[in-house]
Amino acid sequence: MNTVSPYVLEAINISKRFGELIALDNVTLKLRAASVHALLGENGAGKSTLVKCIMGYYQPDVGEVLFGDRQQAITQPHDALLLGIGMVYQHFTLIPNMSVAENIILSRPRLPLIIHWRKEMAELKRRMQGMPFQIPLDAPITSLSAGEKQKVEIIKQLLLNTKVLILDEPTSVLTPTEADEVLGKIQTMSREQHLSVLIITHKFREVMNFADEVTVLRKGRYVGSARVDQVSPPILAAMMVGHEIINTPLQRIPTTNPRPLLKIADLKVTDDAGVTALTGLSLSVNSGEIVGIAGVSGNGQRELMQVMAGQRAAHSGSITVNAEAYTASRAQMRRHKFHCLPEEPLRNACVASMSVADNLAFRRFDRPPFAVHNGLLNRKAITQRAKELIHRFAIKTPGPSTPVGNLSGGNVQRTVLARELADEVDVLLVANPCFGLDFGAVADIHQQIMAARNRGTAVLLISEDLDEILELSDRLLVISNGKLVHETTPEHAELTTIGKFMAGH
Amino acid sequence: MNDTGLGFSGVLIAVLGGAVRVGTPFLFVSLGECLTEKSGRINLGLEGNLIMGAMSGYAVAYLSGSPWLGVLVAGTSGMLLGFLHALLCQQQRVNDIAVGIAMMMFGTGLAFYLGKSFIQPVAPRLPAIALGGWSDSAVVRAALDINVLFIIGTLLAVAMAWFFRHAKWGLLLRTVGESRNAALAMGINVHRVRLYATMAGGFLAGVGGSFLSLYYPGSWNEGLSSGQGLMAVALVIFARWNPLYCLYTSLLFGGAAALGPALQSVGVSGGYYLFNAAPYILTLGIMMMTASSQQRCAGMPGELSNV
Repeated sequence: MNTVSPYVLEAINISKRFGELIALDNVTLKLRAASVHALLGENGAGKSTLVKCIMGYYQPDVGEVLFGDRQQAITQPHDALLLGIGMVYQHFTLIPNMSVAENIILSRPRLPLIIHWRKEMAELKRRMQGMPFQIPLDAPITSLSAGEKQKVEIIKQLLLNTKVLILDEPTSVLTPTEADEVLGKIQTMSREQHLSVLIITHKFREVMNFADEVTVLRKGRYVGSARVDQVSPPILAAMMVGHEIINTPLQRIPTTNPRPLLKIADLKVTDDAGVTALTGLSLSVNSGEIVGIAGVSGNGQRELMQVMAGQRAAHSGSITVNAEAYTASRAQMRRHKFHCLPEEPLRNACVASMSVADNLAFRRFDRPPFAVHNGLLNRKAITQRAKELIHRFAIKTPGPSTPVGNLSGGNVQRTVLARELADEVDVLLVANPCFGLDFGAVADIHQQIMAARNRGTAVLLISEDLDEILELSDRLLVISNGKLVHETTPEHAELTTIGKFMAGH
Repeated sequence: MNDTGLGFSGVLIAVLGGAVRVGTPFLFVSLGECLTEKSGRINLGLEGNLIMGAMSGYAVAYLSGSPWLGVLVAGTSGMLLGFLHALLCQQQRVNDIAVGIAMMMFGTGLAFYLGKSFIQPVAPRLPAIALGGWSDSAVVRAALDINVLFIIGTLLAVAMAWFFRHAKWGLLLRTVGESRNAALAMGINVHRVRLYATMAGGFLAGVGGSFLSLYYPGSWNEGLSSGQGLMAVALVIFARWNPLYCLYTSLLFGGAAALGPALQSVGVSGGYYLFNAAPYILTLGIMMMTASSQQRCAGMPGELSNV
């Protein structure tokens, strides 16, 4: 579109604080009609807070939201809905026990007292034909894949005659192919049907390929806005982080005498709903090798990690470490130097209310020098050890006695990293280590994982971030529907092929 | 015995009749519990509502002479207990299970305290429709005396199933029960929906209680309920939160409870207490069957897991 269209939504000089924390400091965002606008920033930059101020979840302390050319009082999400502003959240708001049709009907601002399903279904079927995606209306949400749920969320908004569509990290649960499909169709709709779209993202690729304009936030402040054709990823990265990013390339030392350390054979596992999550998965990881498992979330990665970490019992199959059967007991973990960096470390690898020192001691608190013979703890030794690790791994904490739950996400991850990587490690399991972390922390954690590999550790890396897998892995496997469906190396990897396998085709 | 054949068909008829008679209180309490749980809250206090309903219904029927006024008052007393439950539950950091247990003891204790003077008098009974008039057999006629409340309960189960799917407020109630966040995002007042659902559920449990004192067994005493209010909670799980299944499982539980007396009536007295324990064994069995460390209950409202 060559002509500059007018603004349809403006958030001007918005400030918002929560107690001591200044979440937004004088931020301005202007969305043009019939365009796609990207809101870019690291985690904690204030993107979500800004959007929630627009949607009426929060009231800004200072500043105003203009819709069209008038100031509109949006004091609750319902107001935004009535104005034609719709939002698709990062976490699905669909109700799993209801059907697609019920979920769509429920999203209407005004429901009739009695719902005539026959009439409504006919109407929905007719209107679905004009939608960019097709989803069976009778299907219960529980039966849909993450990608399909995302599409239902979008359709739900479009059927409400939304004029402004806000998408919060819409591609985080999609395969690269699905992401391109969804964003491509959204882009087309914005041009053809006069839809204005605001996409919250931290992926440069999406900004460059699908957005017309971009606004960058950093630490609650407005950094700048630009037309996308006037910026490049390095410029955007510098805007996001505040300085040029110096990427120390990862040093990959060739492995000598690789020997298989971790072997998984025909592993079958069921998930919480009793549905088979892993259907006979087999793999092996050598010393000094990083094997990456790529896939869309919900294809069995979580269950695989849980079995390996001892959080879930396998249905059948075997895990061997160092040619010995492994059942995730504490003694075996110690003997085989088996360590884990699970996803969401605060939930899966820490006790939030216990101190950093205690959390750092979890692996060894019951052994000398941390425990004396009769089982009493040697607090002094534990604190001493914690101080060393805090220093060595640069954990930012007020002190060893601070509850680990009080630390930032990056420092919680560093605490777990320190506990798991401080000593010699033979087998390391890593799942989504960089969720929600900023550039600096991500680079640091990647370096640590690579360093462990170079010391001869066998690393199994499960990640939903394909870029991370391509960067770190020696070998790459794709998981789909609880099966490994594809194997390649990062050098030979083709994005489209991997995307196809991720989607299960 | 030479009348064995007749005796056992008699048992069958007696069990069927008993299923309706004993199952009716189960039906009302379980429909009430179903409604409350669909809104995302468990009310374990319905046993209290049941006994309070039985007492107040009996007392009012005795004093006014109208059993139907008794039913209404019984429901109202249950509704008030439900109101109290809801009010307590919507305070910060209050657990609905704990409140439920407290309410159960409160309702029971209050009913025993207020009901002392109504143990002796005889109140008018609820009318029944004699569907067995065509038969000469007394057993058949007794079994086919269907109480009006049972018919109302059956219609109510159908109506509730329709309500959950076709009425605006039914959908909204389910939304509140499935996801508090989704409901909040839609601008629904979650507390208010749960308040109404708990009150309506309490009303139904109270009506169920009045059936106990005004029809079967048809008197007021402190041993009137034998845990029907609590078993109804298990029954709702078994019924997968579906009002129509609540109807079927109530009949099943009723039939199980009628087994002991029915067998005794034809002279099988051995294992009488064992047969009387049938509904409790059934409850335990259902709990064991549906519990699983691997699996979540299908159909369970999403908010119920967030205890």
